[in-house]
Amino acid sequence: MSYQDYECVIGLEIHAQLKTQSKMFSADSTQFEAADNAHTSIVSVGMPGALPTPNRLGVELAIKTGLALGCTIRERSVFARKNYFYPDLPKGYQISQYDEPLCENGRVIYLLDGAKKEVRIVRAHLEEDAGKSVHIGDASLINFNRSGIPLLEVVSAPDMRSPREAAQYAKSLRQILRYIGVCDGNLEEGSMRCDCNISVRKKGETRLGTKVEIKNINSFRFVEKALEYEFERQVTLLHSGQAIVQETRLWDPDKNRTFSMRIKEDADDYRYFPDPDLLPLVVSSSYIEGLKKQLPELPLERFERFQKQYGLPSYDAEILTEEKEIADYFERAVVVCGNPKAVSNWMMTDLMRLLNDQKLDINQCPISSESLGELVQLIDSGTISGKIGKTLINEMWDTGRRPKQIVEEKGLVQISDEKVIEGIIDAVLKDHSHAVAEYRSGKTKSFGFLVGQIMKACKGQANPQKVNELLKKKLES
Amino acid sequence: MDREIVKKVAHLARLELSESELNAITNKLTLVLQHFEAISQVNTEGVIPLVTPVDIEYRFREDVVEGDISVDEVMQNAPSRQGNLFKVPPVI
Amino acid sequence: MLDTGTTLSDVIRLIKERVVKVSEVTQFYLERATRLNPSINAFITVNDAVLDQAQKMDDQLPNQEQWEKQPLWGVPLGIKDMFCTKGLRTTAASRMLAQFVPPYDATVVSRLKQAGALILGKLNQDEFAMGSSTETSYFGQCRNPWHLEYVPGGSSGGSAAAVAASMCPAALGTDTGGSIRQPAHFCGIVGIKPTYGRVSRFGIVAFASSLDQAGPMTKTVEDAARILEVISGLDIKDQTTSSEKVPSWSNNLNPNVRGLRVGVLQEFMDKSSLNIDVARALEEVEAFLRKEGASLVPISLPLVKHGVSVYYLIASSEASSNLARYDGVRYGHRAQFDHFSGVTLERFYSRNRSEGFGAEVKSRIMLGTYCLSAGYYDAYYKKASQVRRLLRDDFLKAFQQCDVILSPVSTTPAFRLGERLHDPLQMYLNDICTVSVNLAGLCGISVPVTLSSQGLPIGVQFIGKPFDEQSLFNCGFALEKAFAFYRRFKNELPRL
Repeated sequence: MSYQDYECVIGLEIHAQLKTQSKMFSADSTQFEAADNAHTSIVSVGMPGALPTPNRLGVELAIKTGLALGCTIRERSVFARKNYFYPDLPKGYQISQYDEPLCENGRVIYLLDGAKKEVRIVRAHLEEDAGKSVHIGDASLINFNRSGIPLLEVVSAPDMRSPREAAQYAKSLRQILRYIGVCDGNLEEGSMRCDCNISVRKKGETRLGTKVEIKNINSFRFVEKALEYEFERQVTLLHSGQAIVQETRLWDPDKNRTFSMRIKEDADDYRYFPDPDLLPLVVSSSYIEGLKKQLPELPLERFERFQKQYGLPSYDAEILTEEKEIADYFERAVVVCGNPKAVSNWMMTDLMRLLNDQKLDINQCPISSESLGELVQLIDSGTISGKIGKTLINEMWDTGRRPKQIVEEKGLVQISDEKVIEGIIDAVLKDHSHAVAEYRSGKTKSFGFLVGQIMKACKGQANPQKVNELLKKKLES
Repeated sequence: MDREIVKKVAHLARLELSESELNAITNKLTLVLQHFEAISQVNTEGVIPLVTPVDIEYRFREDVVEGDISVDEVMQNAPSRQGNLFKVPPVI
Repeated sequence: MLDTGTTLSDVIRLIKERVVKVSEVTQFYLERATRLNPSINAFITVNDAVLDQAQKMDDQLPNQEQWEKQPLWGVPLGIKDMFCTKGLRTTAASRMLAQFVPPYDATVVSRLKQAGALILGKLNQDEFAMGSSTETSYFGQCRNPWHLEYVPGGSSGGSAAAVAASMCPAALGTDTGGSIRQPAHFCGIVGIKPTYGRVSRFGIVAFASSLDQAGPMTKTVEDAARILEVISGLDIKDQTTSSEKVPSWSNNLNPNVRGLRVGVLQEFMDKSSLNIDVARALEEVEAFLRKEGASLVPISLPLVKHGVSVYYLIASSEASSNLARYDGVRYGHRAQFDHFSGVTLERFYSRNRSEGFGAEVKSRIMLGTYCLSAGYYDAYYKKASQVRRLLRDDFLKAFQQCDVILSPVSTTPAFRLGERLHDPLQMYLNDICTVSVNLAGLCGISVPVTLSSQGLPIGVQFIGKPFDEQSLFNCGFALEKAFAFYRRFKNELPRL
């Protein structure tokens, strides 16, 4: 049997928590940390007589997402009730959207091994989250803090052909959502969850195989692993002449496998109908246009512009545009110094290392973008040497002070005066006549040693180019 | 409308019906649905279904956190609880 | 000072003029409620704290400015048990909620309290308001004060009976398909179902969200106007409330019907299908209106004959979903389980719900679940919602030719207890004259005019344009002046 003979067809349904303070249909908090059932209300626990009130920001963030994904925004969409019984579902139905969703027909274009890949978005609709159940011995305990949190369900077309493609798509979607500020993409806190639909067929076959759904995966690594497992499982079944059962499965991260959720035959008769407690959601085209204008440049466009405008290699451009805040930081620093390549180098090496070491994100960086730009400027103008720059950035990190200030106070200004440098060189040559002799007898390695001694003598402040130049002249005269 | 459909619907609605209830409801639903069937004669081609019968201006709630009832009030009617969590049979 | 003829407006005046104390008023109604309840069963719960609350008010009579803000100051009201009342058990007349104590007030209840009203108690009704006779209550059937062997109507039967028997000066009801107007008609009182969106539904146990409206049930039209103007108006907690301005209906009452165009709904005036006393009452009303200078315009709305079907399909569908929250997890009835091991979720739900709901509720949930389920949605729920639009549009068209529409409230006066319990279709068809008003979102009022040959009250219905409650109050006021039914409470009902 060869897996190469088969291909998989994957579509993802990603639930993204929209970044609101209060819930989608009630005013209780969405904050992650809370005591048991502390973030609940009459509405979110489904008391008798409770009625939903739609959150303006929730709708706005959903529309923004739709626009960023190139979707058509329905000017009249409908909230529907999805009816099913589960202890974490307080009303016995979930408010969602069914046949008239807010956003339809979009796409995500992303990079896969340097090539552009497009995944179509079928729809993106608003809905509310359910509560959470914890299993203890012979009972389960229900917490409704999550109940009513706004979710945008983004449904892709079955356009992906490998688990890696799927994981990359999910990452790109997360990147877009974070770029436009609608979702914090925090997987550990459940801000994003992924359901995967996968079927397998022989290569060349155009019909779709039987679809299996893997529900509620909360990491991209697990998306890839679960799909890989599922691909192999299904190919093995097909190969041995067995049929794939259409079912819902769950990923067990401890055992690295998917397992079947027992499913009742009626499970998907959700009896959707328009929620009579909520009016049809009507948004004007001018309102939609207004939101469109608020959208920032999206990651892929920015990635391409960074290469074109700043002449950055694609590797640099990719890293610098990974997050909007990093890209913003970069561009602000470039405005100060006008040297994109240098800013890029400083960010990709020293700054990222410092941030990683302290587990800080760019917003918490003690070195402002202006300071970094100033640092580059100091080097470019010859005021300080690159070597001094390396020490300086650590000091800037520790103190949060501007580089000019530190340079002035500590007298770190580069020595470019040839007479001064010559004086230092003369003194060093005098102390190391042995090395001078060696050099002159053909052992050119001594040159490096002498440069080192000179830099040491001037505490690194001498202009290294000039040191090289003058030393050579002296030795060869 | 037959008993099998009624059983299926009872399951969907999470109602446990005794034999006599099952019979009574089957008869009742058969009777009333037969009567209600008459609406199929109304020509509704192209008619948009009506939900809210009166025109009402759309209103949003602004995204501001506000409390209404306390955790104690949320929990006070719980038939079974553990701390401030609701207790039910195992969900898995 | 206080007797069975006392109206809500009388009570307000007597308190204001310091003729009676708040506690005396409360004492009077409390005494009647307690004494009569064993025979009428209008109350499910009497508010133990009400007399204390009343006594505290005795010495703090408001000044003129406060009166305007608190127009119901010191008035003890009866509240149908569909309204959540903070700290006071709210059952919806169901075993499911027999122990439920809401931690909050429905918007209309808090508006009544803010207006100075007291809550005397919670009134009997059909379980979850599903019924037309108050015979499906888990707390026992309620009886008609005019004749104890007859039903008070429903679903707000307890509210109608309590007002008619002067167990409270006025009450709140809810009306999904006639549940205020029909019991008002059966008990000889005034009941108005306001325009959909007029009154907040927040905190009212939901039956059918696109049809439910709350409204007052009182002895006189003025009483009804006074309460409705307190509870009406935009509520940010209910997206389906309208921002339409709330007029001062009680100050604008005008009994002059000269020039008024009264549509007469032909489909409901067919003498052969009307009880002879009901038909006679309608004729008298028509004659009166004509005499007073109103013009009677025959109106035909062929779709109203489908009203009952459309209503039951839509109401049951919505109810099946609205009642899904009653699962015994967070509140409500829970069946006895020795322990949870081996109890599947499905059994847990089914047992809680089957024990908690009565037969009528179960059959409506079944009907609604069926109508929404895969394969039947288009033929039932969707089809009904389409016919609903056509019906609504027909009504709005008819209102180009007339200002209000006159019709019966029901084809008969009150019927005997148990008479229709085993004839579901007959019970449902009973609602034919009222359901269309809810489907079309219009307002409708039931005004008592006379007694039947058996001594049972008969009212008539006026149907109004959206947000034109004033015309209904005016028509009712005109009839009230002419027929003076309210006097019968003083003269014919003190026997209770």
